[in-house]
Amino acid sequence: MVSEAILTAGNPLGDVMFGVDNTFLARALDAELFEPYESPNLANVPDEFKLDSQHRVTPIDYGDVCVNYWTDALPAEAPEALEDLTAPELADQLVVQNPETSSPGLAFLLATIAGTDDWEQFWADLADNGVAVTAGWEDAYYGEFIAGGGDRSMVVSYASSPPAEVIYADPPVDAAPTEVLLDSCFRQIEFAGVLAGTDHPAEARALIDFMLTPTFQDDVPLNMFVFPVADSATLPQAFVDHAQIAEDPLFIDPADIEANRDEWTDRWVEIVLG
Amino acid sequence: MDGPVGRDSPRIARFAGRWVAVGVPAAFLGVFFVYPAAAILWRGLGSEGFGPISELISSPRTRGVMWFTVWQALASTAITLVVALPAAAVVTRLRGRGRHFLRGLVTVPFVLPTVVVAGAFDGVFDRFGLEDGGFRLRHTVWAILLAHVFFNYAVVVRIVGSFWSGLDHRVEEQARVLGAGPIQTFWAVTLPRLRPAIASASAIVFLFSFTSFGVILLLGGPRRATLETEIYRQAVTRGDLRSAAGMALVQLLAVLVLIAVATRLERRRPVPTGVAHAPPKPLGRGFVWANFAVMAALLGSPIAILVERSLSVGDGYGLDHYRALTERVPQLPASATTALGNSLLFATIATGLALVVGTLAALVVVHGRAGLRRVFDLGLTLPLGTSAVTIGFGILIALDEPPLDLRTSWWIVPIAHALVGTPFVVRTMVPVLRRIDPQIREAAAVLGASPGRVRRLVDLPIAGRGMLVGAGFAFAVSLGEFGATSFLPRSPETLTAPLALYRLLSTPGELLRGQAMALAVVLMVVVALAVVAIEASRGSRHGAEMAWESL
Repeated sequence: MVSEAILTAGNPLGDVMFGVDNTFLARALDAELFEPYESPNLANVPDEFKLDSQHRVTPIDYGDVCVNYWTDALPAEAPEALEDLTAPELADQLVVQNPETSSPGLAFLLATIAGTDDWEQFWADLADNGVAVTAGWEDAYYGEFIAGGGDRSMVVSYASSPPAEVIYADPPVDAAPTEVLLDSCFRQIEFAGVLAGTDHPAEARALIDFMLTPTFQDDVPLNMFVFPVADSATLPQAFVDHAQIAEDPLFIDPADIEANRDEWTDRWVEIVLG
Repeated sequence: MDGPVGRDSPRIARFAGRWVAVGVPAAFLGVFFVYPAAAILWRGLGSEGFGPISELISSPRTRGVMWFTVWQALASTAITLVVALPAAAVVTRLRGRGRHFLRGLVTVPFVLPTVVVAGAFDGVFDRFGLEDGGFRLRHTVWAILLAHVFFNYAVVVRIVGSFWSGLDHRVEEQARVLGAGPIQTFWAVTLPRLRPAIASASAIVFLFSFTSFGVILLLGGPRRATLETEIYRQAVTRGDLRSAAGMALVQLLAVLVLIAVATRLERRRPVPTGVAHAPPKPLGRGFVWANFAVMAALLGSPIAILVERSLSVGDGYGLDHYRALTERVPQLPASATTALGNSLLFATIATGLALVVGTLAALVVVHGRAGLRRVFDLGLTLPLGTSAVTIGFGILIALDEPPLDLRTSWWIVPIAHALVGTPFVVRTMVPVLRRIDPQIREAAAVLGASPGRVRRLVDLPIAGRGMLVGAGFAFAVSLGEFGATSFLPRSPETLTAPLALYRLLSTPGELLRGQAMALAVVLMVVVALAVVAIEASRGSRHGAEMAWESL
């Protein structure tokens, strides 16, 4: 989406762009896609989500990318730290996405860079431990992971996947079949911004204000399976019961991500795909 | 006694007709393909011209990617021909319901998203215990080739099959009378006469495999890369438009060379033939059943798995997932049935556009001036071999100002679909038009028929079948398209069924997955029925005749 917005910069396809996250935020900001706008409704939003001091983008929701595991299918004790994933008892159990073709794949690579002492060694160990790689989330979750009939018990997915497994279960279930490894969670914050060159700047700002109102924020979890940024928002019961949120998620500054993303993914390809 | 009007008006009509025949396809291709593609390549390469290309070609990685792209496409084409040609012989000889059923069945893969097909194949391997050991196909080259055969089977069966059933079978009978065996007759008599259609079908299969995206990524595994996946990686993930444009240009040049070779093969040694007079000799039962077995394994088993999954509800079976399609789920901007309605509308418009543009272009390719023929032949096939990124990004930056600000209009969706559908119409019609015996046309002209009447009374009955086969493909391609238009902004108005299907699969949960499978099955049924209906429409062709004659 950022690529398309950069192509059409100056004559944008819409008035507001919603959906750019911190893994590609710096590229969008460097391309000067947005006009600054500080919404009065930002008062309800904790400062940790406000990544752009110039308010060119406004945080709307966040979601954590975490390792999920199918509790009943794990061959050993549940992992508690990223390093546990390289344990021989969990060999051939994890499936991840290629960070070059997948957004959660990139987020998990960033999680390992922020969360391990030597991420290159960690991935070399994961590769030795039989990690599987797919192009996208769908073929990881429904192809290799046990949820779709695969034979692996751990997959890189979202913190909101366990509640989805309950809400869309067939037949209905009381408890989620999956859990998340909280130590592996990388936080993705999604932003909206007024596109530079829009013909309707006033309406665009009004839309951003609206996205921070309780009406919109309360609807975020069940519509997009992410979490609202407003601390006044109420979570639906399924999220309260079945979603876990990391207290101290892994994070990397967007500018650092932009400066190193290509180098990191190139290195990852060398180590994991050889 | 002819008055001046009577004498001049046909001439004026002919003159106008020629301009329409050349002008409409040229304008369509120019505005919706050449201009956007040139704009995006220019933006990417800019003042550096061809510099990045020599840089790219000298890099070992790019060379490896180019080599893999070409050989997997060649291998896919060869295997598809070997598997599908015998089936074309069978389909040619079938009559009645069986023929309709097989026509529909072979076209079904066109509307299936790769992610669904990959899942279905996994299910098949699982069921037959082939997921491990020596038979493990996932993430191998074999999985890529198998998937390309699955998707392209119909191209060979339908294009060669429709051409075949129009051949005069008495030639084979004469060969048999003179003592040739069935195999000898096929090699020495039938195959050479089929060559134009085989070349046509091969060109399409090659281009599809050459630019295939999902199959490479999902089934080939993370280590495989082709020009198409590299263009996407550079342009979308890396935001490196310069490298992407360089690769896109390399891709275009490779495709141009290939089409030039294919059209030469198609044209060499034309074999004029009349219209079929008698049904061909029946094939051996063993041969026919062997082909049915291949179809059942290749097409039937993954389809059966999808149907089973779509009906699997809770701990039993039911139609719940199908009923759920009418209700909007939060993951979609509209219900799945609304998306299906949009898809049908777009496919109808795209097919109409592709028919008009493709038929006119095919006439120019066969009857036009020499230079013009070559340009039309190459130009109208080109979109099939062009990266979805080139077309999608090109549309975004080129068609952004009045009077052509189409980026956010729903019209751009069927137009982009028609770009890919047109080559099917052209490639199915050209070999058929070309094989029409010039003596028949001359005889009609000598007997006083105007060129328009010759076209109606001679060309249309012979070429009509090819035209409708092409139309069926254009419809199917539109219904299943998930490439260039995925770069365009979406609203409830432009949500298509394949896009809805992907979104249903993007949140965990068996209910959503069941709905996705049900939507896939509905798409399959719709496309099969549509293809049969389009080809049955030959009975009511009065309108087509009138239009045809005025050219």
